[in-house]
Amino acid sequence: MGLSYEDGIKAVYRGLVLLAVVTLIEVAISLFGKGHFGGGVEKMTIVAVICGLLIVILSVYKAYFIIYEFMHLKYEIKGMAMSILLPVLLLVWGIIAFFQEGDSWKDRRELINQKNEIAVESPFLEDQK
Amino acid sequence: MATEETLVHDEVEEKGGGLWSGGKSPFGTSYGKLMMWYFLLSDAFTFAGFLIAYGTLRFSSPTWPVPDVVFATAPFGIHEHFTWWDGHAPLLFVTFMSFLLIISSVTMVRAVQEGHRENLRGVAFWMLLTIIGGAGFLGCQAWEWSNLINKEFMTVNANPFGTHIHNGEFLGEDGKPSGETFEIGDGYLIHNVDAAHADHGDDAHGGYGGSAGFHPKVITKGSDMPGYLVNDDGFIQRKYVVKDGDDAGKVYTQAMGPKAFGALFFFITGFHGFHVFSGLVFLTIIMINVMSGLYVARKNGYEMVEKIGLYWHFVDLVWVFVFLVFYLL
Repeated sequence: MGLSYEDGIKAVYRGLVLLAVVTLIEVAISLFGKGHFGGGVEKMTIVAVICGLLIVILSVYKAYFIIYEFMHLKYEIKGMAMSILLPVLLLVWGIIAFFQEGDSWKDRRELINQKNEIAVESPFLEDQK
Repeated sequence: MATEETLVHDEVEEKGGGLWSGGKSPFGTSYGKLMMWYFLLSDAFTFAGFLIAYGTLRFSSPTWPVPDVVFATAPFGIHEHFTWWDGHAPLLFVTFMSFLLIISSVTMVRAVQEGHRENLRGVAFWMLLTIIGGAGFLGCQAWEWSNLINKEFMTVNANPFGTHIHNGEFLGEDGKPSGETFEIGDGYLIHNVDAAHADHGDDAHGGYGGSAGFHPKVITKGSDMPGYLVNDDGFIQRKYVVKDGDDAGKVYTQAMGPKAFGALFFFITGFHGFHVFSGLVFLTIIMINVMSGLYVARKNGYEMVEKIGLYWHFVDLVWVFVFLVFYLL
């Protein structure tokens, strides 16, 4: 236990306000990126990328806050905290690898669609007509 | 020279114990709390697997439903008052749900704090508030699901939410251009004959997708008309003429949304909801134990409350990411 009782209570309500405000900012950024506050921005890729990045960063911050303050990991022994946090780094590989894979599926699908549209003129097909 | 450490070691040796004979907790935490942490780590991987699957399928799909279109309704018709957004309240309800979960997380921290002071009544009170918050969240999720299933006809294998892939103009019932235009990237909801007939278009998603106010006469399932098509499940897919690009002038039929969306949505939010539900069951059991004075008698300082607290915060933590991938991005 790192804090006195009174400080602990204050920290909890500060945490509540912080999480609520960060959530509201996230929603505002998301709506802005989808063009709810002004026409046109939703068509710009750069806006979507920046808004997406900001939201992801804010969400990771929220996660950090919940784990470190509410779940008290900040006050635990460092070795224990690392035994829980370091394995999560495996997900970095998972995200990169699978998103890459998904993107590749899309490319393949488009390629197949393109090839399907190419008219084939082959002597072998003559008989079938 | 004997250091303090070796002295302690010798003492233990004399008692017949060693480094490996138990009694030491190198992480300074009890077995129960440590194992709760490792369970949560494994659970985090399960959720991460689901969310990565969502991301993979989303990346692999040429279009994806726009969350602001899918989640734009609220109970009691609150969204209808958002006249500046044509009667849609994008993300309003789900933001409220997030707040419920955040608040119940905070009340859980308060319960744990009261536990450190051995304050039985305080622990029980804050746990009760936590349970109410969690139950409220589950109730909201039930409303969200039933709205999607009963009003918008989304199921695990049918997804009426799509995104336009052309700049185009809808055809009217007679097959002639109707003047209703749309652009690439606009989201739409395909109406079902059962819903369209019951509500006459003044249902939740009025303005989206040009299906509002489109009430064709022939709504037999499986019919192909000049201006639209009613598929076998009763979804009215309108036809449209492409206005620019390589396909300009061609007539296409509005496609159903990516099929995976429905299954992913119901499965992942359902799995999270199931965690909330089991959390509520355990919270209730532990709250009853607290009130009966069990943890006072056991003299282990409300450690059980800390353990269920860890689990409950984790449920909130997962929601942060479910909220991120399903609603915000």
